[in-house]
Amino acid sequence: MPGIKDRVAIAGVGCTKFGELWEKDQEDLLVEAVYEALDDAGITPQDIEAAWVGVLYHFTGISGGTFAEPMKLFGKPVTRVENFCASGMDAFRNACFAVAAGAYDIVVACGVEKLLDQGSSGLPMEGGHPVMGGVSAPGLFALAATRAFHEWGWTREDLARVAVKNHKNGVAHPKAHFRRAITMDDALKAPMIAWPLGRFDCCAMSDGSAALVITRPEIAKTMKHKDDYVVVKANALAVDSTYPMYRPGYNWLGFPATKKAAAVAYEEAGIKDPVKEIGFAEVHDCFTSTELFNMGDLGFVDPPKAAEAVRDGMTEVEGAIPINPSGGLKCFGHPIGATGCRMLYEVTKQLQGRADGLQVKDPVLGMAHNLGGPGSVCSLTILGRHD
Amino acid sequence: MVAIASYGGYIPVFRLGRQEMSQAWGIPGVPGERSVASADEDSITMAIAAGFECMAGIDPASVDGVYFASTTPPYDEKQCASVVASALDMRQNIFTADFTDSVRAATVAMRAACDAIESGSAKRVLVVAADNRPAEPETMWEQLLGDGGAAFLLSADGPATVRGFQSVTSEVIGPWRRSSDRYVRAFEPKLDTQYGYMASMVAAAKALAEKEGVGPKDISKGVFSAGDPRSNVALGRQLGLEMPQVQDTGFLLLGNTGTPQVLMMLAAALDAAKAGDKLLVANYGDGADAFLVEVNDAFPAVPGKRSIQTYLMTKRMLPNYNAYASFRKLMVRDRFVPKSSPVIYWRDSKMELALYGARCRKCGTVQYPIPRVCVQCGTKDELDEVKLARKGTVFTFTLDHLVGGEYLSTPVPRVVLDLEGGGRTFLQMTDCDPKEVSIGMTVELTLRCLHEGAGFHNYYWKCQPVRGG
Repeated sequence: MPGIKDRVAIAGVGCTKFGELWEKDQEDLLVEAVYEALDDAGITPQDIEAAWVGVLYHFTGISGGTFAEPMKLFGKPVTRVENFCASGMDAFRNACFAVAAGAYDIVVACGVEKLLDQGSSGLPMEGGHPVMGGVSAPGLFALAATRAFHEWGWTREDLARVAVKNHKNGVAHPKAHFRRAITMDDALKAPMIAWPLGRFDCCAMSDGSAALVITRPEIAKTMKHKDDYVVVKANALAVDSTYPMYRPGYNWLGFPATKKAAAVAYEEAGIKDPVKEIGFAEVHDCFTSTELFNMGDLGFVDPPKAAEAVRDGMTEVEGAIPINPSGGLKCFGHPIGATGCRMLYEVTKQLQGRADGLQVKDPVLGMAHNLGGPGSVCSLTILGRHD
Repeated sequence: MVAIASYGGYIPVFRLGRQEMSQAWGIPGVPGERSVASADEDSITMAIAAGFECMAGIDPASVDGVYFASTTPPYDEKQCASVVASALDMRQNIFTADFTDSVRAATVAMRAACDAIESGSAKRVLVVAADNRPAEPETMWEQLLGDGGAAFLLSADGPATVRGFQSVTSEVIGPWRRSSDRYVRAFEPKLDTQYGYMASMVAAAKALAEKEGVGPKDISKGVFSAGDPRSNVALGRQLGLEMPQVQDTGFLLLGNTGTPQVLMMLAAALDAAKAGDKLLVANYGDGADAFLVEVNDAFPAVPGKRSIQTYLMTKRMLPNYNAYASFRKLMVRDRFVPKSSPVIYWRDSKMELALYGARCRKCGTVQYPIPRVCVQCGTKDELDEVKLARKGTVFTFTLDHLVGGEYLSTPVPRVVLDLEGGGRTFLQMTDCDPKEVSIGMTVELTLRCLHEGAGFHNYYWKCQPVRGG
């Protein structure tokens, strides 16, 4: 597979503050994020040749109009992308392919979600089979956590440690939903949401939007970030079973989609030892247990040892492989369509040395890992400084 | 000749002490406890549960008819027997019918089944009966009634014969419910007890005894339905039976279960009967039906089949009246109602009601729901339908506090199950204490009313800790 390594560049990034943004609608959020990205790239809306917008829920927006209408950019090719919680990064993936193919020179990938307009107690449970579905998002991911408790001896303390670390990181980030450090006690004493996941094990319901201006490296060299534009080293997407709970023999220890996407991405980027070669990772910590599973699935650690590795500080900002220096979904919340693009925003700025929050020391490569469904869709991107 | 080939009963796992009800309202209390159907149970699900007990070890394809009897059919318009027949995996070319409007419906259905077999129009008919009658809050009805189900398989041959049906009809206003009434109503009971119950039951029982030439000494048990704990004893005395000859109604432990009561009593009597015993059965409701059961052989023991006694013994006490009120939906609450579709219910009924999965001809993997392409080896359209087991082991689970619904309380246990004989499924656990849920736990599947999406009863499987296992 030829892939798109070094063939696509990020020329500008934008991101709204994430949170309970009652007074703003999806139009406000998308316009803010896209205009920030355009300013960052030093271009105007008219320079956009095509766009991809990641959205999960119909109440945020359907069709390419989700982007075209608020931007009042009519007559351009715009595609709405939905791929569970990986919708944002899949919008980015499609945008990258269009640019790499030479179909367009400058395009926008963005994501947006307005969850709070639907209330704030968990994602809406809609669609699916009338009687065979019907479980909450925490309930689905909890099935895996329960199994790891049983097989690997993980504990609620192990999960709480992830929450404490991410909350510590998020304090410094001006765009995070939560900027408050928490204690182990806070995490462990919080109300249960779906055993064994308590409130601090779950990411919040938040609103937000993020956007990226995408071009080819030779064009990025002529733009505002000509010295510090970032290039795509690898991008992989893997779609596994939507209903793993019915799959005979499925072991619930980690998520196959991540393992597959990681294998493809490492090959494309030429990575042999991810912990040594990747400077840091923004991973999908929709639940604290998911972050632990991700560490194993991404090959950072022997999977059962992930809990131990967190305890030993491996994933702290000063650790061997900092994970979620932004504070992750734990601090940003998870406006579904926006999250993948928000991660890419974060990785880009870290690589450029201008992180909004805690700056990782001098990274060369950074990873953004976006996981959707009950671990059934994974989009993975590795970005690097340009040569 | 018509015989009982098999029988079974079902009692919901939950009971409420009657003192909880008298305390809740500050009204007099009756001793004992009553059975309470779970929030997700109704007459259809309890009839199905009893039907499964009755059909244990018997090929459903051998049955030519299913008769459903209840005063609380979950549908006013739409047959209930068809739901029961589908869940029990009966053939489609059978005769199904609902018998309702009176607690006598159980014996009306029994008589109709016997007539069908005697006439030769059917070889085997399954009669199922269940009730969860609505009691008006702050009345004694709440304490007197109970919930349950029973099923009898009538056949041309079997260990016990049924004969001598005698019926009377009588227009005395006993308990009633107009179609617009929410709760069972009754006038001062003395009129109904004396001129309804006693008159009709005596007339039917005496006519039967005369026709069959049996006297009080020939009767090993008189199985008489009764709305209270005394009337059946008084009736026995009137018919010349001694106290030990009168089958207990189960009032102290269950309450009056209505339509299935007489069949639950008969099941309990048959559990204790020996060859040669003669049981005089009589049932009241706008008249009475009476028939004689003669036990010729012992009923064959079927592994795993549970007696009425087992269902009596396996119980969970509800903590208070609030729990009962919640189960009965006595408070109006607006909850999230999931979407549903009669189209999907119809298309998937073999999976959803009869519990079929598929086995791949290439790799042998048993899987659910039934796919086009094998989940294991990817072979297309090489899958055979296969009946899944109603027993399994918990592989993993969560206790979900976010999922609402008609529950006594959250969390709702959601479990991934490995079924005996293959297949993996994902179900809610019901009738359990969430604290008991664990990996490796053995559970049984039970058909319940999952929700009311699209305005119909969406029946689907849940699982529960094995009762009496």
